[in-house]
This record gives sequence, C-alpha cells and structure tokens, in this order.
Amino acid sequence: MAKLNLTLKIWRQPSPDNDGWIETRKANGIPTEASFLEMLDIVNQEILEEGADPIHFDHDCREGICGMCSLTINGVPHSKEEGVTTCQVHMRKFNDGDTIWIEPFRANAFPVMKDLIVDRTSFDNIIAAGGYIDVRTGSAPDANSVPIPKDQADWAFDAATCIGCGACVASCKNSSAMLFVSAKASHLNTLPQGQPEKDKRVLAMVRQMDEEGFGNCTNQYECEAACPKLISADNISKLNRDFALASAKEAVATV
Amino acid sequence: MSLNSNIPEGPVTEKWTNHKMNSKLINPANKRKYNIIVVGSGLAGASAAATLSELGYKIKCFCYQDSPRRAHSIAAQGGINAAKNYQNDGDSVQRLFYDTVKGGDFRSREANVHRLAEVSVNIIDQATAQGVPFAREYGGLLANRSFGGAQVSRTFYARGQTGQQLLLGAYQALEKEINNGGVEMFTRTEMVDLVVVDGHAKGIVVRDMRNGKIKSYAADTVILATGGYGNVFYLSTNAMGCNASAAVKAWKKGAYFANPCYTQIHPTCIPVSGDYQSKLTLMSESLRNDGRIWAPAKKEDAQAIREGKKTAADIPDEDRDYYLERKYPSFGNLAPRDISSRAAKEACDDGRGVSKTGLGVYLDFRDPIERLGEDAIRARYGNLFQMYEKIAGTNPYKEPMMIYPAVHYTMGGLWVDYNLQSNLTGLHVLGEANFSDHGANRLGASALMQGLADGYFVIPTTIANYLATQKPGSVTIDHPEFTEAEKAVSDSINKLMSIQGTKTVDHFHREMGLLTWDKCGMDRRKEGLEEAITKIKALREEFYNDVRIPGTAESINMELEKAMRVADFLEFAEMLYEDALDREESCGGHFRGEYQFTEDSPEVKSGKTQPGEALRDDDNFCYVSAWEYRGYNQTPALHKEVLEYENVKLAIRSYA
Repeated sequence: MAKLNLTLKIWRQPSPDNDGWIETRKANGIPTEASFLEMLDIVNQEILEEGADPIHFDHDCREGICGMCSLTINGVPHSKEEGVTTCQVHMRKFNDGDTIWIEPFRANAFPVMKDLIVDRTSFDNIIAAGGYIDVRTGSAPDANSVPIPKDQADWAFDAATCIGCGACVASCKNSSAMLFVSAKASHLNTLPQGQPEKDKRVLAMVRQMDEEGFGNCTNQYECEAACPKLISADNISKLNRDFALASAKEAVATV
Repeated sequence: MSLNSNIPEGPVTEKWTNHKMNSKLINPANKRKYNIIVVGSGLAGASAAATLSELGYKIKCFCYQDSPRRAHSIAAQGGINAAKNYQNDGDSVQRLFYDTVKGGDFRSREANVHRLAEVSVNIIDQATAQGVPFAREYGGLLANRSFGGAQVSRTFYARGQTGQQLLLGAYQALEKEINNGGVEMFTRTEMVDLVVVDGHAKGIVVRDMRNGKIKSYAADTVILATGGYGNVFYLSTNAMGCNASAAVKAWKKGAYFANPCYTQIHPTCIPVSGDYQSKLTLMSESLRNDGRIWAPAKKEDAQAIREGKKTAADIPDEDRDYYLERKYPSFGNLAPRDISSRAAKEACDDGRGVSKTGLGVYLDFRDPIERLGEDAIRARYGNLFQMYEKIAGTNPYKEPMMIYPAVHYTMGGLWVDYNLQSNLTGLHVLGEANFSDHGANRLGASALMQGLADGYFVIPTTIANYLATQKPGSVTIDHPEFTEAEKAVSDSINKLMSIQGTKTVDHFHREMGLLTWDKCGMDRRKEGLEEAITKIKALREEFYNDVRIPGTAESINMELEKAMRVADFLEFAEMLYEDALDREESCGGHFRGEYQFTEDSPEVKSGKTQPGEALRDDDNFCYVSAWEYRGYNQTPALHKEVLEYENVKLAIRSYA
C-alpha cells in the first residue's frame, strides 16, 4: 500500500466570534486507499494524542448522499474531481509531497460555527417557504392514476438529486443559491402534481432566498461545475421563466 | 411486568381495520392542546412529525444533524416494497405478508406484519403525490424490480436513490408543517435522557451541540424514531453519527429492549481495505437482479487472484462457482441477505476469497452486459457503478465488483406493542428503532416501507389510544424529575471530561467493534460470547479510566459527542451478547455455529434443506426476548413474549 506525505493548510476557528487562521500541519504516511475524510481522521488522531483540539468538520454518511460534508479543497468545493462530494474524494488522487488547502464553504448565508463547520439552516428555510407539494397524508389518489411521460419524470429526477450541500453557493463569487433553489423548483414544477402551487412556490422560495442573504446570479455557472450531483444550470433558466411568469401574474392580480 | 402486545381480536386480515374502528379519537379542537416530542427526523420521524402536525398536534422534532434532510434513511439505495401488483405477477397483501414472515425466519409478530403489508400500498400513493420521482415505464406508469426473498416484482425505486427521494418527500412535508407552525424543529440537538414521571414518558433532556447547553422539554408523549444500533460494530454501512443512545437511555429508564441479537449483515458491500477505515459502503441489493455472484471453484485460482497473478477474466466458466445459483436454484442471486452473507463467508473461509485480505467475492456483470448491452446496465445501475468506481478505483463495467458482507441494519429494537407503544407507558417507538416487523431478518426494500408505514399511517391512529387517557399539559419541566435528569446528564458529562486519560474515543469504539464482529458477527458460539461479555466489561472499565476528551463541554466538541455515544454502546453491547448467548438456535441474522443442519440431520437426508443452514428451535425459542435494564454492570433480566402463528405454518425456510 502506497503512502503519502502531505502538507495541510487548514482553516481553524474556535467559534463564530473568534477570528480564524490557516494552520499548517504535516500529514505523513497517509494510505492512498484512504478517503479524504479518513485522512483527516488520521490527522485528528495524531492531534488528539498531542492533547490538542481536533479539526472539526461536518460529515455523516460518507457515501456522497447526505450532503453534510462540506470542505473547500484547494479552492474548490468538494475538490476539483467532477461529480463527487468531499467524502468520496480518495487520497489516490493526490501525489506524495502535495500541499492541500482545506477551508470551509464560505458564504454570508453560511456562517462558520467552528473550524470547517458552517451553518446551512438557510437552505431549510428556503424549502420551508415553499419547496414542497402540499398533500395531506392519506388524501393521495392511486399512484398510477396520473401517468407521467418518462422524459418529464427523468428531468424532474435529475433536478431532485440535489443533496443540499451548498457547494453551488460556495463556488459562486456572489454566493448565489440559484442552483439549489432552481433544482427544487424544477423538480416540483415539472411534475403534474406540482402544478397547482407552481407560482406560489417560486415566488416564496426566491423571496426567502433573498431574505437569507444569498447573492444574485450572474450566469457564470461555477455552481454547475462544483455540483457533486452534476445538476444542470438549465434549471436556473427554468426558474427565471417560472418566476417571471409568476411575478407577472401576481402584478396583474394585484392591480 | 407482563408484556401485553395488545394484538386486536379477529382474523389477521381484519385486525387493523377493526383496530382503527376501535381506537380512541381526539377531536380536532383538542388535538392542538397536545404536545408530542419526536426524536429523529428520518423516514419514520419526519413522516410522523409531519402527519401528526397535519392532524393538529403540536410537535417538537429533534435531530443531531444540521438539517432533518441528512438522516441516514437518505442513503437507502434500492427500493421500497408495496403489494400493488401493478405487474400482474401474482402479488397481493397476503403474499407480501407471507414473504415477510418467512423472510424474518418466523420470528416476527404476525399482526404487525400484516398491517405493514396492508398499508404498503398507501405509501406509494402518498409518496407519488408528494412528487417523489419513482422510476417509470415509457407509458408513464410506475416501474418495479425484484428484491431478495421474493419471486414477484414489487419493489418501487428511484434509480439507486430511493431512500433519498422518499426522505426528501418526508422532509419537505416536515418543512411544510414547520412553515405552518405545527412543528418546531431543533437541529444539532441530541437527546441525552428520557424523563419519566409517575411511570409515563413525559419529556426529554437534550444537549445543544452548538454550545453544550443542557435543556429539558416536556410533552404529553414521546416518540423515538432514532434508527438502529449497527455502529456497535464500529464498521458498518451506517452513517458516522448513527447511534443507539436514545434507545439506551429509554432502556435504562425502564423500556425493554427486544431481540438485539438480530443484526443484519448485508451480503454486498465494498470489502474492508485497511485499518484506517471509517465506514463500509453498501452496493445495493438491486444489483443482484442482474449481477451474478461467484468465487473461484479452485483455491489455487483464488490465491493467484489475491497475489495479482490472475484476474477474474482468466477464470473460465467451468472454474467459477456461482454458489448462490448452485445452492438456491429457485431464488439464485436473489436469495435473502442472511443466507447470501453466510454463503460468501463460507466461500472465503474455504480459502476461495479474491480480495487482497481474502475476504471478498465477485459480483459480476459480464453476462448481463453481453446480453443487454452496457447502456442498458448503465440506465439501471449507473450511479451505483459510479459510486463503486470512486471508492474501489476499478471499472465495474470491465472487471467484476468485489464484495463482502458488512453490518447494515438491525432488526432488534425497543419493544413495542401493536400501538407501537413501549412497555414504558407514553413512549412510542417507530422505524428501525423498534423491533416488531422484520423478525430475525429483514427483506430488502422493507426498511423504507416500515419506516413510512409507522410514521404516515400507523402512529397517527394509534397514538390517540394513549393521548386520550391523558390530560394535555399535565407535566411541565418544573417537575423535579426534569431537574434530576438534567443534573444526572451534567454529572455524567463532567465525569467524562474529567477522566483525561491517554486513549482516544475512537480507540475504544474500534476495540468494541472488533470484539463484536469477531464474537457476535456472522457466526456466534457460546464460548466466544462468554468471552466477549468478560472483555466488554473490562473495556468499559478501561474507557471510564483512560479515555481522553479535549476541549470543553460548553462548545462544539465532536470528541465529547462520540464519547457519550460510545459509553452507551459499551453498555448496550453486553446486552447484545447476552441475547445472542441466550438464543440457543440459529434464525435469520442470528447464526449460532452450534445450531446448524449437518449431513446427518433427517431434514437434510430427506432433501428439505442443506448442511450448514440455520437450525431453528421453535419448541424452545419461538418468543421475543425483551431485556430489562437492572443497573450498571448487572446482567439484564429477560422477559418473553411468546409468538403465536395462526396464519403462517412454521417451516424450514427453504429458498432452494
């Protein structure tokens, strides 16, 4: 088993109220089979043996689906590997002697809590504002009563694969959440079940997004490149159309 | 205390209907006076919290993650069963019921399983209406595939992300209710004790993981939907944060814990590659619809592969042992999980493993790719193949996957009656955290079904049977039990922080995991279990003398969080071993090496089963083991709920 000796440049910040700094640390003898987070586990065991405070980071499923892990690796959320989350990055992608910069997902709407942990409650608030189909348990018709064309179902599915990690926001120079919001809006607005609340949904979600302090979209699509689930920026175009239409309807209705 | 399962009268097909009619009701104006605590926000917790809020109850929902959407239900890949019979292949509620009882090796409660099969169809309707994007045919209708232990196609799926899509459906319903004001959500908040007042569960104590504050919440009833205990094995397919602490706290406050020895080892996981490893990754059972599992028939071929002198492609068909197809011709590669896992272990123990460690067999797609083309396989399993390639670093379209069994799911859990209420009055337990539906082995695609059945359709009806007997708001956090519980929590945290020993929390977790896997894994024996009981006591002592937790308790402290969970696991593990020791039979996920069919067994001679299969003992062990906590370092006390089978005939479980 090959081993790597690395230099880590890690963001440390004891609490939201403290300033942060970059700490330099050697990580020696890292097996190439280890995942990126397992590399940090190994480093943390060493830190613990020294009696110091380990590097705090969010993580849970470690198989790329829960959306909890969130590191900016060498300046890129979830690393430069395409279509992976941080927990799916493996050390075999690095070379012996590499220096690796590890920072949190940075955005005003994602305040740092400790070291590499950020608060992404703003995403939940956007979903709560309208990212659902309002269907009471028990009132659903038979599942096959509404056939859905396969291409429509596939489009909705591609949008629905969003894991809510926030890489799109962290990669955007404006810290815009448009890819996240548009993915959910697109998923629900494409399906027949989502039509009754379509206008209400986009207006509420977009307004909540603005309220949470996310920036505006200037169509550079860093988000699409950073997305671990490869969600298309076409969803943003769809959201813009749906939003324009809903706003126009709202304006007419309130005249 | 006697265990009353409160199974309704009447034929099994009518029990749930009758029970709904006979259950108590609370009028809409009164519902809003009742407060309910829901711990956990996975499929069971989120669906329960959302549905109970829709009914008008006031809900407080807690999760340790930063968002309810992260709960580990999200990682379920393959699918969800439902007796819709959209395929016209002979499925029915009755058949799903039968398959589940048989799949559970005749150790589940008939009435609960029948109810599960009945409501399975409603789940698919509900999820579809929420916008869950299940796979569809070109005609626009829903598609199905097959899972282990079934000869019909009743599994609904959303590519390899069924759990994610179902959880997001439940999460969105939960967020909708948060927006409507019916649910108050507490994220990054961990339950650290259950509060019992006059014999009723009336609240919880939590630790705010952001600042370490200890706080109490009172309610009229408490629901635990906190998942399973797979992480007692350290390495499992569970998320890193999955833990049994809520269940252990409830157990220590008087709730019985049932059948902990029923642990599911999933046959198709990516093998362990090194001692730095933090978790194991499952490859969905759905892959077994097309993939074929094999090991080399000759030991020398296996050795050559391990040494890198040969590859899978060098082994001609006649030298490949497709052992599941050979041993279980009618189910083939879709034999149930417990059976498939043991068969993989058998092949590797025989020296025919193919991974570097010797603990791995092949899951091969060569034949289906030849038959259907690479594109067809990509459409079915694309994301799973990609996941495998990312982790293992080899291309499964070209070389077979390497797999080995790993801990995946736990059938045991807190004991509940038909109303999903614990013997500890006022405590309700849903999803993987309870024990009742899967017996000794869960069939694939049944976990999602059970979590959502409990949350969307069962608890909203049955909870009123308890609440109607309670005056709303009768207990508040001013009650001395809350003050005492908070103090006990603070004391135990201070104790952990003050040890300042020399070993990390992970060290103890790993030691416990190795011990559990070694002595209480796929093959358990009396001597090994007795040795494990002695060793776990010593390890627990060592933990309390030598663990080191840095930092303070008044801030985010991941080592403290882990230490609190590991401390609970260290007590839990002993009960797990005790249960495995007590159950002197083999059934489902519990395989006692001493109890298996041999060449000489009459059932083997008459062709009913094969040597090495699990030998159940229905005369002596057809019961649920419910364990009562009796104090630190005390052996727990065993209570039995006898299982009665009125509709399914107890039989040797054969998939041949």
